[in-house]
Amino acid sequence: MQQAAVRPRTIEMTYREAVREALRDAIKRDDRVFLMGEDVGRYGGCYAVSHGLLAEFGPERIRDTPLSESGFTGAGIGAAMAGMRPIVELMTVNFSLLALDQILNTAATVRHMSGNQFGVPLVIRMATGAGRQLAAQHSHSLEGWYAHIPGIKVLAPGTLEDARGMLWTALQDPDPVLIFENVMLYNMTGQLAADAGPVNIDKAAVRRSGRDISLITYGGSLWKTLEAATALAAEGIEAEVIDLRSLRPLDDASIIASVAKTRRAVVVDEGWRSGSLAAEVGMRIVEQAFWSLDAPVGRVCSEEVPIPYPRHLENAAIPQTPKIVAAAKAALGRA
Amino acid sequence: MVEFRMPSLGADMEAGTLVEWLVKPGDWVKRGDVVAVVETQKGAIEIETFQAGQIEKILVDLKSKVPVGTPLAHIRTELEEKPSVAPAPPTLAPPVAPVVAPPARAPVAAPTLPPVARGAVARAAASPAARRLAEEHGVDLSTITGSGPAGAITYADVERRLGEAPAAAPPERKRALWLDLAAMRMAIAAAMARSKREIPHYYLEHQVDVTHCEHWLAKKNATLPPDNRLLIGALALKAVASAARRFPAFNGFYRDNKFEPAQAVHVGVAIAIRGGGLAAPALHDADQLSLDELMSRLRDLVQRTRAGRIRSSEISDPTITVSSLGDRGVEALYGIIYPPQVAIVGFGKVVARPWIVDGAIGPRSVATITLSGDHRATDGHAGALFLAEIGKLLQEPEKL
Repeated sequence: MQQAAVRPRTIEMTYREAVREALRDAIKRDDRVFLMGEDVGRYGGCYAVSHGLLAEFGPERIRDTPLSESGFTGAGIGAAMAGMRPIVELMTVNFSLLALDQILNTAATVRHMSGNQFGVPLVIRMATGAGRQLAAQHSHSLEGWYAHIPGIKVLAPGTLEDARGMLWTALQDPDPVLIFENVMLYNMTGQLAADAGPVNIDKAAVRRSGRDISLITYGGSLWKTLEAATALAAEGIEAEVIDLRSLRPLDDASIIASVAKTRRAVVVDEGWRSGSLAAEVGMRIVEQAFWSLDAPVGRVCSEEVPIPYPRHLENAAIPQTPKIVAAAKAALGRA
Repeated sequence: MVEFRMPSLGADMEAGTLVEWLVKPGDWVKRGDVVAVVETQKGAIEIETFQAGQIEKILVDLKSKVPVGTPLAHIRTELEEKPSVAPAPPTLAPPVAPVVAPPARAPVAAPTLPPVARGAVARAAASPAARRLAEEHGVDLSTITGSGPAGAITYADVERRLGEAPAAAPPERKRALWLDLAAMRMAIAAAMARSKREIPHYYLEHQVDVTHCEHWLAKKNATLPPDNRLLIGALALKAVASAARRFPAFNGFYRDNKFEPAQAVHVGVAIAIRGGGLAAPALHDADQLSLDELMSRLRDLVQRTRAGRIRSSEISDPTITVSSLGDRGVEALYGIIYPPQVAIVGFGKVVARPWIVDGAIGPRSVATITLSGDHRATDGHAGALFLAEIGKLLQEPEKL
């Protein structure tokens, strides 16, 4: 009872609403901040994240753009270099490839190329992931590719707190930050503290504590992994679930501390297996925790196919709870 | 196809008992791989193959005692095998000249392993965490059954073992598994009796100032991690090996009424085994090894010998023997030559003695080195030069 008294008041909301609150907060707190992207204004965002913001803040702050990812990402870079704090929304990570030249060749390199005379304090948000039957040109998880690029930060908010809190911290960063929002999380409902605010963007988080195996994941796979941990607990296996949160830089210390404790790891990553972020995490474990390992590091990734349209095939193509459970048990020799 | 036979591990060996196969049909072996363990009077010996290829058939069952020369297994050599495992690249095998595999062999052939398994030695899989824990506590992984993925030994498996046995027990148990001390005693008795019966020994003794060796070692070891530090025994072995290279009459075998010098210098190192055993396995090409290398091989050899895992080549190869009583011994020992060798060099313990150096008496570290020589092969005069050479070499350890 006493605890209930000190617990902060919480509000029930969706992940979508948490992102929207983050946008509202940022636009209100800093008049250099504006949101720019396809359909973010009158349509309210293709995932309805910015619904109502045009009416609230007007077309100066909520700007609809033509279907030209390279063009408006470049505009965002220019605005950031000139002193603004733009938030560019790219509809999905698949479309972001049209802006890859701006992101990789300009945003990530300007500080280096200008001899530190210019920086690009730009935030780019985009949707990622499969599960909504949007077929092979709207459903991929390419955040691992972006995590390959020096000069930018890559974030993957998997919880309401992070959806609400990462944006402001990202806007304070002097360099480009990419935020990947998994499409399956937008409708997720949960309790968020009424006074929720900015969070750190450089530490992984232990979402569930355990001693037998480390399940390392991020974004949309976080909840499937937590479900897997619950299923494993029923069989007497205590899994620790690590939410990476930041895909670049990776929080090696948290990963290694967990694996050193559990001696086993399975990485869950919705990207394709070959050359995946899971491969990078696995290799870092081998480099830094080899002598602590009790089993080969396992991976649950997407099948190496274009994400299919039919629901049953789409579900079969991406990591699911039973696959995570099976991989964890294999690492424990209990397959 | 070649036959892999029960080897002769010394003139006194007539038969051996097969106690362990380390390969199974279908396994690939290369020259020098240990393929089986044979129990002899000298203890359990790991038998190496001199023929590379694929094990085709095991001919002798475990626990069988068979005479020297008995075929133990068939090994299909690589040349025979290649066409049947995978088609050779066209450049090597033109289609007009196919190599015909012997038809009779096909039904017997064991399932072929994928090429990736070629040369892989079968051994227990153990996780890195298990290996580190086992190493820290001196646990032998081969005695543990794994519970991990694919039967791999895990950290918990090693922990369980540590929980059930006191630290000193595992090596003890292992020795009991491989070393039959009573049989070894009989083998020593036979060899030593034969030596005293057949070999007219002569004995020489030489006192050597090893103060410089001690200083040099102290200085060198100060820069080395404890695991790599040199012992004075390594200097002694290297000095004997180098001297034997210069005096070939002491390095070889006396057989059929004549001395046959050996090409290589393989120094047999007398190693005492707790409980009353003794073995003198070879430190191969000791004259060619750097001191660091020699020391690390010596450590390995002592460890394996005490664990009862000597290799067949180490038993049959020594060309001269060195025996040292170490710190806890006495000042001099006069060895009995191990036939058919013709010399054994003994090192007594290092003692502090008043010594005259440059006309003044001072404290020096002195060791007594002895030579037992076979008078059929050499005379005392040559023996004296040989022994003096060892003493001289020990004056300049930095050149060893």
